[in-house]
Amino acid sequence: MTIDGFVALYIFMLAAFAGWVIIGRVPAILHTPLMSGSNFVHGIVVIGGLYALLNASTGLEQGIGFIAVLLGAGNAAGGYAVTDRMLAMFQTSGHQPVHATHKGGAHRRKSTSPKKG
Amino acid sequence: MLTMLPPLLIDIVGIVAAFLLMFGLWRMSSPVTAPAGIKVAGIGMVAAVAASFLYVFNISPAAHPHLPVNLALAGIALAVGGGLAWWGGRKVAMTAMPQMVALYNGMGGGAAGAIAAMELFGNHARGVTQLGVTLLGAIIGAVSLSGSLIAWAKLQGVLNKPLRIKGQQIINAVVMLATLAVGFYILFIVQSGTVPVLSLQALICLFFGCAMLFGILMTLPIGGADMPVVISIYNAFTGLAVGLEGFVLQTPALMIAGMLVGAAGILLTLLMAKAMNRSVSNVLFTNFGDVVKQKQGAIKGSLKPTAAGDAGIAMRYAGSVIIVPGYGLAAAQGQQKLYEFVKLLIAAGVKVRFAVHPVAGRMPGQMDVLLAEAGVPYDLIFQLEDINDDFAATDIVLVIGANDVVNPSARSDKSSPIFGMPILNADKAKQVYVVKRGEGKGYAGIVNPLFYADNCNMVYGDAQAVMVEMIEAVRGLGLSAAA
Repeated sequence: MTIDGFVALYIFMLAAFAGWVIIGRVPAILHTPLMSGSNFVHGIVVIGGLYALLNASTGLEQGIGFIAVLLGAGNAAGGYAVTDRMLAMFQTSGHQPVHATHKGGAHRRKSTSPKKG
Repeated sequence: MLTMLPPLLIDIVGIVAAFLLMFGLWRMSSPVTAPAGIKVAGIGMVAAVAASFLYVFNISPAAHPHLPVNLALAGIALAVGGGLAWWGGRKVAMTAMPQMVALYNGMGGGAAGAIAAMELFGNHARGVTQLGVTLLGAIIGAVSLSGSLIAWAKLQGVLNKPLRIKGQQIINAVVMLATLAVGFYILFIVQSGTVPVLSLQALICLFFGCAMLFGILMTLPIGGADMPVVISIYNAFTGLAVGLEGFVLQTPALMIAGMLVGAAGILLTLLMAKAMNRSVSNVLFTNFGDVVKQKQGAIKGSLKPTAAGDAGIAMRYAGSVIIVPGYGLAAAQGQQKLYEFVKLLIAAGVKVRFAVHPVAGRMPGQMDVLLAEAGVPYDLIFQLEDINDDFAATDIVLVIGANDVVNPSARSDKSSPIFGMPILNADKAKQVYVVKRGEGKGYAGIVNPLFYADNCNMVYGDAQAVMVEMIEAVRGLGLSAAA
Protein backbone atom coordinates (compact mmCIF):
# COMPACT_ATOMS: atom_id res chain seq x y z
CA MET A 1 0.00 0.00 0.00
CA THR A 2 1.32 3.40 -0.91
CA ILE A 3 0.00 6.48 0.80
CA ASP A 4 1.00 9.64 -0.92
CA GLY A 5 0.35 13.35 -0.62
CA PHE A 6 -3.36 13.85 -0.59
CA VAL A 7 -4.35 10.47 0.78
CA ALA A 8 -2.07 11.21 3.72
CA LEU A 9 -3.71 14.59 4.18
CA TYR A 10 -7.15 12.97 4.22
CA ILE A 11 -6.01 10.48 6.85
CA PHE A 12 -4.44 13.24 8.94
CA MET A 13 -7.51 15.45 8.69
CA LEU A 14 -9.93 12.71 9.72
CA ALA A 15 -7.71 11.49 12.55
CA ALA A 16 -7.24 15.02 13.86
CA PHE A 17 -10.98 15.60 13.77
CA ALA A 18 -11.61 12.32 15.57
CA GLY A 19 -9.06 13.24 18.23
CA TRP A 20 -10.65 16.64 18.76
CA VAL A 21 -14.14 15.18 19.10
CA ILE A 22 -13.10 12.29 21.33
CA ILE A 23 -11.18 14.45 23.76
CA GLY A 24 -13.87 17.11 23.84
CA ARG A 25 -16.18 14.56 25.48
CA VAL A 26 -13.86 13.70 28.34
CA PRO A 27 -14.84 15.28 31.67
CA ALA A 28 -12.26 17.38 33.52
CA ILE A 29 -12.15 14.81 36.32
CA LEU A 30 -10.41 12.41 33.93
CA HIS A 31 -7.95 14.87 32.40
CA THR A 32 -4.87 13.37 34.01
CA PRO A 33 -5.64 9.78 32.92
CA LEU A 34 -6.60 11.21 29.55
CA MET A 35 -3.23 12.86 29.16
CA SER A 36 -1.37 9.71 30.13
CA GLY A 37 -3.78 7.68 27.99
CA SER A 38 -3.15 9.74 24.88
CA ASN A 39 0.52 9.55 25.80
CA PHE A 40 0.14 5.76 25.69
CA VAL A 41 -1.58 5.93 22.29
CA HIS A 42 1.37 7.63 20.64
CA GLY A 43 3.49 4.84 22.08
CA ILE A 44 2.45 3.04 18.87
CA VAL A 45 5.63 4.67 17.55
CA VAL A 46 7.29 1.48 18.82
CA ILE A 47 6.10 -0.43 15.76
CA GLY A 48 7.72 2.19 13.53
CA GLY A 49 10.90 1.60 15.47
CA LEU A 50 10.53 -2.16 14.97
CA TYR A 51 10.16 -1.79 11.19
CA ALA A 52 13.22 0.39 11.06
CA LEU A 53 15.28 -1.89 13.32
CA LEU A 54 14.33 -5.09 11.46
CA ASN A 55 15.34 -3.40 8.23
CA ALA A 56 18.69 -2.17 9.59
CA SER A 57 21.76 -3.20 7.65
CA THR A 58 24.57 -1.22 9.28
CA GLY A 59 25.82 -0.95 12.82
CA LEU A 60 24.71 2.69 12.98
CA GLU A 61 21.20 1.80 11.88
CA GLN A 62 21.04 -1.04 14.36
CA GLY A 63 22.12 1.29 17.13
CA ILE A 64 19.56 4.00 16.36
CA GLY A 65 16.86 1.41 15.69
CA PHE A 66 17.57 -0.18 19.06
CA ILE A 67 17.14 3.23 20.74
CA ALA A 68 13.91 3.83 18.82
CA VAL A 69 12.39 0.53 19.95
CA LEU A 70 13.70 0.97 23.51
CA LEU A 71 12.16 4.44 23.87
CA GLY A 72 8.97 3.54 22.02
CA ALA A 73 8.41 0.46 24.18
CA GLY A 74 9.00 2.59 27.26
CA ASN A 75 6.43 5.12 26.06
CA ALA A 76 3.80 2.46 25.39
CA ALA A 77 4.34 0.27 28.45
CA GLY A 78 4.76 3.17 30.88
CA GLY A 79 1.81 5.10 29.50
CA TYR A 80 -0.40 2.05 29.82
CA ALA A 81 0.79 1.17 33.32
CA VAL A 82 0.08 4.61 34.82
CA THR A 83 -3.23 5.11 33.01
CA ASP A 84 -4.57 1.71 34.02
CA ARG A 85 -3.47 2.31 37.61
CA MET A 86 -5.15 5.70 37.83
CA LEU A 87 -8.41 4.62 36.23
CA ALA A 88 -8.75 1.67 38.58
CA MET A 89 -8.90 4.15 41.48
CA PHE A 90 -12.07 5.91 40.37
CA GLN A 91 -15.04 4.52 42.27
CA THR A 92 -18.56 5.65 43.09
CA SER A 93 -20.28 5.69 46.41
CA GLY A 94 -23.43 4.76 44.53
CA HIS A 95 -25.59 1.74 45.13
CA GLN A 96 -25.38 0.30 41.64
CA PRO A 97 -22.75 -2.42 41.23
CA VAL A 98 -19.34 -1.03 40.50
CA HIS A 99 -17.98 -1.61 37.01
CA ALA A 100 -15.62 -4.52 36.60
CA THR A 101 -12.29 -3.18 37.69
CA HIS A 102 -9.54 -5.61 38.47
CA LYS A 103 -7.74 -5.79 41.79
CA GLY A 104 -8.68 -2.25 42.84
CA GLY A 105 -12.33 -3.19 42.64
CA ALA A 106 -12.97 -3.62 46.34
CA HIS A 107 -16.08 -1.56 46.78
CA ARG A 108 -15.78 0.91 49.61
CA ARG A 109 -18.49 1.06 52.16
CA LYS A 110 -20.76 4.02 51.78
CA SER A 111 -20.17 5.24 55.25
CA THR A 112 -18.18 4.20 58.21
CA SER A 113 -19.80 4.23 61.56
CA PRO A 114 -17.76 6.03 64.16
CA LYS A 115 -15.89 3.90 66.62
CA LYS A 116 -16.90 5.86 69.65
CA GLY A 117 -20.33 6.83 70.74
CA MET B 1 1.90 -15.57 -2.47
CA LEU B 2 3.99 -16.27 0.58
CA THR B 3 5.44 -12.76 0.53
CA MET B 4 2.02 -11.21 -0.02
CA LEU B 5 0.43 -12.67 3.07
CA PRO B 6 2.48 -11.03 5.86
CA PRO B 7 1.92 -7.44 4.62
CA LEU B 8 -1.78 -8.17 4.31
CA LEU B 9 -1.88 -9.49 7.86
CA ILE B 10 0.08 -6.46 9.10
CA ASP B 11 -2.43 -4.16 7.38
CA ILE B 12 -5.41 -5.97 8.87
CA VAL B 13 -3.95 -5.91 12.37
CA GLY B 14 -2.99 -2.27 11.82
CA ILE B 15 -6.57 -1.28 11.06
CA VAL B 16 -7.89 -3.24 14.02
CA ALA B 17 -5.25 -1.72 16.30
CA ALA B 18 -6.02 1.82 15.13
CA PHE B 19 -9.70 1.20 15.80
CA LEU B 20 -9.05 -0.25 19.25
CA LEU B 21 -6.82 2.68 20.24
CA MET B 22 -9.47 5.18 19.17
CA PHE B 23 -12.24 3.18 20.77
CA GLY B 24 -10.25 2.97 24.00
CA LEU B 25 -9.89 6.75 24.15
CA TRP B 26 -13.56 7.11 23.27
CA ARG B 27 -14.48 5.00 26.31
CA MET B 28 -12.57 7.45 28.48
CA SER B 29 -15.50 9.83 28.45
CA SER B 30 -16.77 8.44 31.75
CA PRO B 31 -15.07 7.04 34.85
CA VAL B 32 -17.36 4.03 34.53
CA THR B 33 -16.21 2.92 31.10
CA ALA B 34 -12.65 4.28 31.17
CA PRO B 35 -10.91 1.33 32.93
CA ALA B 36 -12.22 -1.09 30.30
CA GLY B 37 -11.36 1.42 27.58
CA ILE B 38 -7.67 1.54 28.35
CA LYS B 39 -7.57 -2.27 28.37
CA VAL B 40 -9.10 -2.36 24.91
CA ALA B 41 -6.48 0.11 23.72
CA GLY B 42 -3.79 -2.04 25.36
CA ILE B 43 -4.94 -5.10 23.41
CA GLY B 44 -4.72 -3.07 20.21
CA MET B 45 -1.16 -2.03 21.05
CA VAL B 46 0.01 -5.56 21.85
CA ALA B 47 -1.56 -6.88 18.64
CA ALA B 48 0.14 -4.18 16.57
CA VAL B 49 3.54 -4.88 18.13
CA ALA B 50 3.16 -8.64 17.64
CA ALA B 51 2.07 -8.24 14.02
CA SER B 52 4.98 -5.94 13.21
CA PHE B 53 7.32 -8.93 13.59
CA LEU B 54 5.72 -10.35 10.43
CA TYR B 55 7.71 -7.65 8.68
CA VAL B 56 10.73 -10.01 8.77
CA PHE B 57 9.34 -11.61 5.59
CA ASN B 58 9.54 -8.35 3.68
CA ILE B 59 12.77 -6.70 4.75
CA SER B 60 15.22 -5.41 2.19
CA PRO B 61 17.85 -7.89 0.87
CA ALA B 62 20.61 -5.82 2.48
CA ALA B 63 19.13 -6.44 5.91
CA HIS B 64 18.82 -10.23 5.49
CA PRO B 65 22.24 -11.20 6.87
CA HIS B 66 21.59 -9.04 9.93
CA LEU B 67 18.17 -10.45 10.69
CA PRO B 68 19.10 -12.67 13.68
CA VAL B 69 20.99 -9.80 15.32
CA ASN B 70 18.19 -7.34 14.59
CA LEU B 71 15.57 -9.68 16.02
CA ALA B 72 17.64 -10.15 19.17
CA LEU B 73 18.10 -6.37 19.49
CA ALA B 74 14.36 -5.84 19.03
CA GLY B 75 13.59 -8.41 21.71
CA ILE B 76 16.05 -6.87 24.15
CA ALA B 77 14.84 -3.32 23.46
CA LEU B 78 11.19 -4.29 23.94
CA ALA B 79 11.91 -6.19 27.14
CA VAL B 80 14.24 -3.61 28.69
CA GLY B 81 12.41 -0.44 27.60
CA GLY B 82 8.96 -1.84 28.20
CA GLY B 83 9.93 -3.62 31.40
CA LEU B 84 11.64 -0.66 33.05
CA ALA B 85 8.86 1.76 32.11
CA TRP B 86 6.20 -0.69 33.29
CA TRP B 87 7.97 -1.14 36.59
CA GLY B 88 8.37 2.62 36.99
CA GLY B 89 4.74 3.24 36.11
CA ARG B 90 3.48 0.71 38.63
CA LYS B 91 5.68 2.10 41.38
CA VAL B 92 5.46 5.87 40.91
CA ALA B 93 3.59 7.90 43.50
CA MET B 94 0.45 9.63 42.25
CA THR B 95 1.93 12.99 43.25
CA ALA B 96 4.82 12.35 40.85
CA MET B 97 2.51 11.57 37.94
CA PRO B 98 3.16 14.78 35.94
CA GLN B 99 6.89 14.19 35.66
CA MET B 100 6.32 10.52 34.84
CA VAL B 101 3.99 11.48 31.97
CA ALA B 102 6.60 14.00 30.82
CA LEU B 103 9.24 11.27 30.86
CA TYR B 104 7.17 8.75 28.88
CA ASN B 105 6.25 11.51 26.47
CA GLY B 106 9.90 12.41 25.94
CA MET B 107 10.58 8.74 25.17
CA GLY B 108 7.92 8.79 22.45
CA GLY B 109 9.39 11.96 20.97
CA GLY B 110 12.85 10.39 21.09
CA ALA B 111 11.60 7.27 19.34
CA ALA B 112 10.04 9.36 16.55
CA GLY B 113 13.27 11.34 16.27
CA ALA B 114 15.32 8.13 16.11
CA ILE B 115 13.13 6.76 13.32
CA ALA B 116 13.66 9.98 11.41
CA ALA B 117 17.41 9.73 12.02
CA MET B 118 17.48 6.22 10.53
CA GLU B 119 15.62 7.39 7.46
CA LEU B 120 18.06 10.27 7.06
CA PHE B 121 21.28 8.34 7.73
CA GLY B 122 20.14 5.45 5.55
CA ASN B 123 18.95 7.90 2.88
CA HIS B 124 15.74 5.89 2.55
CA ALA B 125 13.37 8.78 1.93
CA ARG B 126 12.02 9.07 -1.57
CA GLY B 127 11.10 12.40 -3.02
CA VAL B 128 11.01 15.87 -1.62
CA THR B 129 7.70 15.40 0.24
CA GLN B 130 8.88 12.37 2.17
CA LEU B 131 12.20 13.95 3.00
CA GLY B 132 10.54 17.18 4.09
CA VAL B 133 8.08 15.31 6.28
CA THR B 134 10.91 13.24 7.77
CA LEU B 135 12.79 16.41 8.67
CA LEU B 136 9.69 18.10 10.11
CA GLY B 137 8.88 15.05 12.21
CA ALA B 138 12.50 14.95 13.33
CA ILE B 139 12.43 18.56 14.55
CA ILE B 140 9.15 18.10 16.44
CA GLY B 141 10.25 14.78 17.92
CA ALA B 142 13.65 16.12 19.02
CA VAL B 143 12.13 19.26 20.58
CA SER B 144 9.60 17.07 22.38
CA LEU B 145 12.36 14.80 23.68
CA SER B 146 14.66 17.47 25.10
CA GLY B 147 11.80 19.72 26.22
CA SER B 148 10.05 16.88 28.06
CA LEU B 149 13.27 15.97 29.82
CA ILE B 150 13.67 19.57 31.05
CA ALA B 151 10.02 19.56 32.16
CA TRP B 152 10.67 16.30 33.99
CA ALA B 153 13.74 17.78 35.70
CA LYS B 154 11.80 20.84 36.79
CA LEU B 155 8.87 18.88 38.19
CA GLN B 156 11.18 16.40 39.85
CA GLY B 157 12.95 19.30 41.56
CA VAL B 158 16.28 18.64 39.86
CA LEU B 159 16.06 22.06 38.24
CA ASN B 160 14.51 24.44 40.70
CA LYS B 161 14.59 27.96 39.39
CA PRO B 162 13.32 29.00 35.99
CA LEU B 163 16.46 29.96 34.10
CA ARG B 164 16.28 33.21 32.21
CA ILE B 165 18.93 34.99 30.25
CA LYS B 166 18.69 38.34 28.54
CA GLY B 167 17.59 38.12 24.95
CA GLN B 168 16.26 34.61 25.49
CA GLN B 169 13.66 35.00 22.78
CA ILE B 170 16.23 36.17 20.23
CA ILE B 171 18.52 33.25 21.06
CA ASN B 172 15.59 30.83 20.72
CA ALA B 173 14.61 32.33 17.39
CA VAL B 174 18.19 32.08 16.13
CA VAL B 175 18.46 28.42 17.19
CA MET B 176 15.14 27.62 15.52
CA LEU B 177 16.19 29.38 12.33
CA ALA B 178 19.51 27.52 12.39
CA THR B 179 17.64 24.21 12.75
CA LEU B 180 15.40 25.06 9.81
CA ALA B 181 18.36 26.27 7.73
CA VAL B 182 20.29 23.04 8.30
CA GLY B 183 17.11 21.09 7.52
CA PHE B 184 16.61 22.90 4.22
CA TYR B 185 20.28 22.45 3.38
CA ILE B 186 19.98 18.69 3.93
CA LEU B 187 16.87 18.69 1.74
CA PHE B 188 18.72 20.60 -0.96
CA ILE B 189 21.81 18.38 -0.87
CA VAL B 190 19.93 15.11 -0.99
CA GLN B 191 17.65 16.29 -3.79
CA SER B 192 20.29 17.92 -5.98
CA GLY B 193 23.12 15.53 -5.20
CA THR B 194 25.64 18.36 -4.67
CA VAL B 195 28.59 17.82 -2.40
CA PRO B 196 27.93 19.36 1.01
CA VAL B 197 30.38 21.54 2.94
CA LEU B 198 30.24 19.08 5.79
CA SER B 199 29.58 15.38 5.42
CA LEU B 200 25.89 14.51 5.35
CA GLN B 201 26.29 12.62 8.63
CA ALA B 202 27.72 15.68 10.34
CA LEU B 203 24.89 17.81 9.01
CA ILE B 204 22.28 15.40 10.32
CA CYS B 205 23.95 15.41 13.73
CA LEU B 206 24.05 19.22 13.70
CA PHE B 207 20.39 19.26 12.71
CA PHE B 208 19.33 17.08 15.63
CA GLY B 209 21.64 18.95 17.98
CA CYS B 210 20.06 22.32 17.07
CA ALA B 211 16.52 20.95 17.38
CA MET B 212 17.22 19.48 20.81
CA LEU B 213 18.96 22.66 21.96
CA PHE B 214 15.84 24.57 20.94
CA GLY B 215 13.68 22.25 23.05
CA ILE B 216 15.93 22.87 26.05
CA LEU B 217 16.08 26.64 25.61
CA MET B 218 12.35 26.88 25.04
CA THR B 219 11.51 25.00 28.25
CA LEU B 220 14.13 26.37 30.66
CA PRO B 221 12.55 29.79 31.27
CA ILE B 222 9.05 28.42 31.89
CA GLY B 223 8.03 28.44 35.55
CA GLY B 224 6.74 25.43 37.44
CA ALA B 225 3.17 26.72 37.54
CA ASP B 226 2.97 26.54 33.77
CA MET B 227 4.44 23.05 33.45
CA PRO B 228 1.05 21.33 32.92
CA VAL B 229 0.52 23.34 29.76
CA VAL B 230 4.04 22.54 28.63
CA ILE B 231 3.61 18.79 29.17
CA SER B 232 0.38 18.92 27.22
CA ILE B 233 2.04 20.77 24.35
CA TYR B 234 4.86 18.25 24.16
CA ASN B 235 2.29 15.46 24.28
CA ALA B 236 0.70 16.98 21.19
CA PHE B 237 4.16 17.45 19.62
CA THR B 238 5.08 13.81 20.08
CA GLY B 239 1.75 12.82 18.56
CA LEU B 240 2.43 14.99 15.51
CA ALA B 241 5.98 13.65 15.16
CA VAL B 242 4.70 10.06 15.35
CA GLY B 243 2.02 10.81 12.76
CA LEU B 244 4.55 12.38 10.38
CA GLU B 245 7.04 9.53 10.73
CA GLY B 246 4.10 7.16 10.19
CA PHE B 247 3.67 8.77 6.79
CA VAL B 248 7.38 8.35 6.03
CA LEU B 249 7.21 4.67 7.01
CA GLN B 250 3.89 4.32 5.15
CA THR B 251 2.20 2.96 8.28
CA PRO B 252 -1.40 4.20 8.60
CA ALA B 253 -1.76 3.03 12.22
CA LEU B 254 1.02 5.43 13.22
CA MET B 255 -0.46 8.23 11.14
CA ILE B 256 -3.90 7.83 12.68
CA ALA B 257 -2.80 7.34 16.29
CA GLY B 258 -0.20 10.10 16.06
CA MET B 259 -2.45 12.71 14.51
CA LEU B 260 -5.28 11.76 16.87
CA VAL B 261 -3.07 12.50 19.85
CA GLY B 262 -1.70 15.60 18.14
CA ALA B 263 -5.18 17.11 17.81
CA ALA B 264 -6.27 15.87 21.23
CA GLY B 265 -3.17 17.33 22.82
CA ILE B 266 -3.75 20.71 21.20
CA LEU B 267 -7.36 20.79 22.43
CA LEU B 268 -6.32 19.76 25.92
CA THR B 269 -3.61 22.44 25.93
CA LEU B 270 -6.14 25.12 24.99
CA LEU B 271 -8.61 23.95 27.66
CA MET B 272 -5.90 24.03 30.26
CA ALA B 273 -4.54 27.41 29.28
CA LYS B 274 -8.09 28.76 29.49
CA ALA B 275 -8.54 27.36 32.98
CA MET B 276 -5.32 29.07 34.04
CA ASN B 277 -6.26 32.31 32.32
CA ARG B 278 -3.12 32.11 30.19
CA SER B 279 -2.80 32.03 26.47
CA VAL B 280 -0.53 29.36 25.09
CA SER B 281 1.81 31.91 23.55
CA ASN B 282 1.88 33.64 26.93
CA VAL B 283 3.09 30.46 28.57
CA LEU B 284 5.74 29.85 25.96
CA PHE B 285 7.06 33.32 25.38
CA THR B 286 6.59 35.30 28.57
CA ASN B 287 7.70 34.42 32.01
CA PHE B 288 5.11 34.03 34.71
CA GLY B 289 7.37 35.13 37.54
CA ASP B 290 8.02 38.48 35.93
CA VAL B 291 4.53 39.88 36.24
CA VAL B 292 4.20 39.06 39.90
CA LYS B 293 6.65 41.63 41.18
CA GLN B 294 4.30 44.53 40.62
CA LYS B 295 2.70 46.20 43.61
CA GLN B 296 -0.57 44.93 44.92
CA GLY B 297 -3.37 46.90 46.48
CA ALA B 298 -3.42 47.24 50.26
CA ILE B 299 -5.25 44.43 51.98
CA LYS B 300 -7.94 45.09 54.55
CA GLY B 301 -8.49 42.88 57.55
CA SER B 302 -6.20 40.56 59.41
CA LEU B 303 -5.29 36.91 59.53
CA LYS B 304 -7.34 35.16 62.21
CA PRO B 305 -5.81 31.86 63.32
CA THR B 306 -8.00 29.26 64.92
CA ALA B 307 -7.48 25.77 66.35
CA ALA B 308 -7.94 22.75 64.12
CA GLY B 309 -10.25 21.07 66.63
CA ASP B 310 -12.61 24.05 66.75
CA ALA B 311 -12.83 24.16 62.97
CA GLY B 312 -13.52 20.42 62.89
CA ILE B 313 -16.35 20.69 65.38
CA ALA B 314 -17.85 23.63 63.52
CA MET B 315 -18.01 21.51 60.40
CA ARG B 316 -19.54 18.62 62.32
CA TYR B 317 -22.50 20.86 63.18
CA ALA B 318 -22.78 22.53 59.78
CA GLY B 319 -25.48 21.62 57.29
CA SER B 320 -23.27 21.70 54.22
CA VAL B 321 -19.53 21.71 53.71
CA ILE B 322 -17.52 22.12 50.52
CA ILE B 323 -13.90 21.08 50.56
CA VAL B 324 -11.45 22.77 48.21
CA PRO B 325 -8.30 20.64 48.05
CA GLY B 326 -5.04 21.84 46.57
CA TYR B 327 -1.59 20.50 45.98
CA GLY B 328 -0.57 21.32 49.57
CA LEU B 329 -2.87 18.52 50.70
CA ALA B 330 -1.11 16.02 48.51
CA ALA B 331 2.32 17.34 49.49
CA ALA B 332 1.41 16.61 53.14
CA GLN B 333 -0.04 13.19 52.16
CA GLY B 334 -3.25 14.27 53.87
CA GLN B 335 -5.85 12.80 51.45
CA GLN B 336 -6.47 9.62 53.44
CA LYS B 337 -7.03 11.49 56.69
CA LEU B 338 -9.17 14.05 54.92
CA TYR B 339 -11.45 11.33 53.57
CA GLU B 340 -11.59 9.75 57.02
CA PHE B 341 -12.76 13.12 58.37
CA VAL B 342 -15.27 13.46 55.53
CA LYS B 343 -16.71 10.03 56.33
CA LEU B 344 -17.24 11.17 59.92
CA LEU B 345 -19.06 14.28 58.70
CA ILE B 346 -21.22 12.29 56.28
CA ALA B 347 -22.09 9.84 59.06
CA ALA B 348 -23.16 12.82 61.13
CA GLY B 349 -25.50 13.94 58.37
CA VAL B 350 -23.44 16.78 56.92
CA LYS B 351 -23.67 17.28 53.17
CA VAL B 352 -20.04 17.16 52.04
CA ARG B 353 -18.76 17.79 48.55
CA PHE B 354 -15.35 18.34 47.01
CA ALA B 355 -14.77 21.24 44.63
CA VAL B 356 -11.82 20.70 42.35
CA HIS B 357 -10.33 23.49 40.27
CA PRO B 358 -9.29 22.42 36.77
CA VAL B 359 -5.64 23.17 37.50
CA ALA B 360 -5.51 21.97 41.10
CA GLY B 361 -2.36 19.95 41.48
CA ARG B 362 0.57 19.99 39.12
CA MET B 363 -1.42 18.89 36.10
CA PRO B 364 -5.12 19.15 35.21
CA GLY B 365 -7.19 16.50 36.87
CA GLN B 366 -4.35 15.40 39.13
CA MET B 367 -6.32 16.35 42.25
CA ASP B 368 -9.17 14.11 41.10
CA VAL B 369 -6.75 11.21 40.80
CA LEU B 370 -5.24 11.91 44.22
CA LEU B 371 -8.67 11.99 45.83
CA ALA B 372 -9.69 8.81 44.01
CA GLU B 373 -6.51 7.18 45.26
CA ALA B 374 -7.56 7.98 48.83
CA GLY B 375 -10.90 6.29 48.14
CA VAL B 376 -13.08 9.37 47.68
CA PRO B 377 -15.97 8.33 45.41
CA TYR B 378 -16.02 10.41 42.26
CA ASP B 379 -19.67 11.37 42.69
CA LEU B 380 -18.61 13.54 45.64
CA ILE B 381 -16.12 15.37 43.42
CA PHE B 382 -17.42 18.39 41.54
CA GLN B 383 -15.78 20.54 38.90
CA LEU B 384 -15.67 24.33 39.01
CA GLU B 385 -18.57 25.04 36.66
CA ASP B 386 -20.85 22.54 38.42
CA ILE B 387 -20.41 23.77 41.96
CA ASN B 388 -19.40 27.42 41.79
CA ASP B 389 -22.95 28.73 42.23
CA ASP B 390 -23.47 26.62 45.35
CA PHE B 391 -20.82 28.29 47.48
CA ALA B 392 -23.07 31.17 48.51
CA ALA B 393 -25.57 28.74 50.04
CA THR B 394 -22.90 26.71 51.80
CA ASP B 395 -22.25 26.90 55.54
CA ILE B 396 -18.57 26.12 55.63
CA VAL B 397 -15.83 25.88 53.03
CA LEU B 398 -12.65 24.07 53.98
CA VAL B 399 -9.76 25.19 51.80
CA ILE B 400 -6.92 22.79 52.30
CA GLY B 401 -3.53 23.29 50.71
CA ALA B 402 -5.01 25.45 47.96
CA ASN B 403 -4.41 29.15 47.47
CA ASP B 404 -4.45 30.77 44.03
CA VAL B 405 -7.55 28.88 42.91
CA VAL B 406 -9.64 30.61 45.61
CA ASN B 407 -8.02 34.04 45.31
CA PRO B 408 -10.84 36.57 44.84
CA SER B 409 -8.48 39.15 43.37
CA ALA B 410 -8.74 37.10 40.16
CA ARG B 411 -12.29 38.46 39.97
CA SER B 412 -11.80 42.03 41.08
CA ASP B 413 -8.20 43.23 41.09
CA LYS B 414 -7.12 44.23 37.60
CA SER B 415 -3.50 44.61 38.68
CA SER B 416 -3.34 41.00 39.87
CA PRO B 417 -1.37 38.66 37.63
CA ILE B 418 -4.14 36.10 37.89
CA PHE B 419 -6.89 38.60 37.06
CA GLY B 420 -9.54 36.90 34.93
CA MET B 421 -8.62 33.36 35.92
CA PRO B 422 -11.74 31.34 36.78
CA ILE B 423 -11.67 30.70 40.53
CA LEU B 424 -13.74 28.77 43.03
CA ASN B 425 -16.01 31.22 44.87
CA ALA B 426 -15.02 29.99 48.32
CA ASP B 427 -15.13 33.54 49.71
CA LYS B 428 -18.91 33.64 49.17
CA ALA B 429 -19.61 30.94 51.74
CA LYS B 430 -20.80 31.84 55.23
CA GLN B 431 -17.58 30.65 56.85
CA VAL B 432 -14.22 29.67 55.38
CA TYR B 433 -11.44 27.71 57.04
CA VAL B 434 -8.09 27.70 55.33
CA VAL B 435 -5.60 24.99 56.26
CA LYS B 436 -2.10 26.20 55.44
CA ARG B 437 1.39 25.34 56.50
CA GLY B 438 2.27 28.94 57.27
CA GLU B 439 1.74 32.47 56.14
CA GLY B 440 3.58 31.96 52.87
CA LYS B 441 2.23 32.79 49.45
CA GLY B 442 0.88 30.32 46.90
CA TYR B 443 2.61 28.69 43.97
CA ALA B 444 2.20 31.84 41.90
CA GLY B 445 3.52 34.03 44.73
CA ILE B 446 0.44 36.22 45.08
CA VAL B 447 -1.19 37.58 48.24
CA ASN B 448 -4.67 36.18 48.81
CA PRO B 449 -7.23 38.69 50.22
CA LEU B 450 -9.56 35.80 51.09
CA PHE B 451 -7.32 34.93 54.03
CA TYR B 452 -7.90 38.41 55.48
CA ALA B 453 -11.67 38.42 54.96
CA ASP B 454 -14.07 38.63 57.90
CA ASN B 455 -15.60 35.23 57.25
CA CYS B 456 -12.25 33.48 57.04
CA ASN B 457 -10.17 31.76 59.70
CA MET B 458 -6.74 30.26 59.27
CA VAL B 459 -5.75 26.85 60.59
CA TYR B 460 -1.97 26.66 60.52
CA GLY B 461 -0.17 23.37 60.34
CA ASP B 462 0.71 20.39 58.20
CA ALA B 463 -2.44 19.28 56.36
CA GLN B 464 -2.20 15.71 57.59
CA ALA B 465 -1.61 16.71 61.22
CA VAL B 466 -4.51 19.18 61.05
CA MET B 467 -6.84 16.48 59.71
CA VAL B 468 -5.85 14.15 62.55
CA GLU B 469 -6.68 16.89 65.07
CA MET B 470 -10.04 17.50 63.41
CA ILE B 471 -10.88 13.79 63.42
CA GLU B 472 -9.99 13.51 67.09
CA ALA B 473 -12.05 16.57 67.99
CA VAL B 474 -15.14 15.26 66.19
CA ARG B 475 -14.74 11.74 67.59
CA GLY B 476 -14.26 13.29 71.02
CA LEU B 477 -17.74 14.68 70.86
CA GLY B 478 -19.06 11.17 71.02
CA LEU B 479 -22.21 12.37 69.39
CA SER B 480 -21.73 11.55 65.77
CA ALA B 481 -23.59 8.24 65.95
CA ALA B 482 -26.71 9.99 67.19
CA ALA B 483 -27.03 12.23 64.16
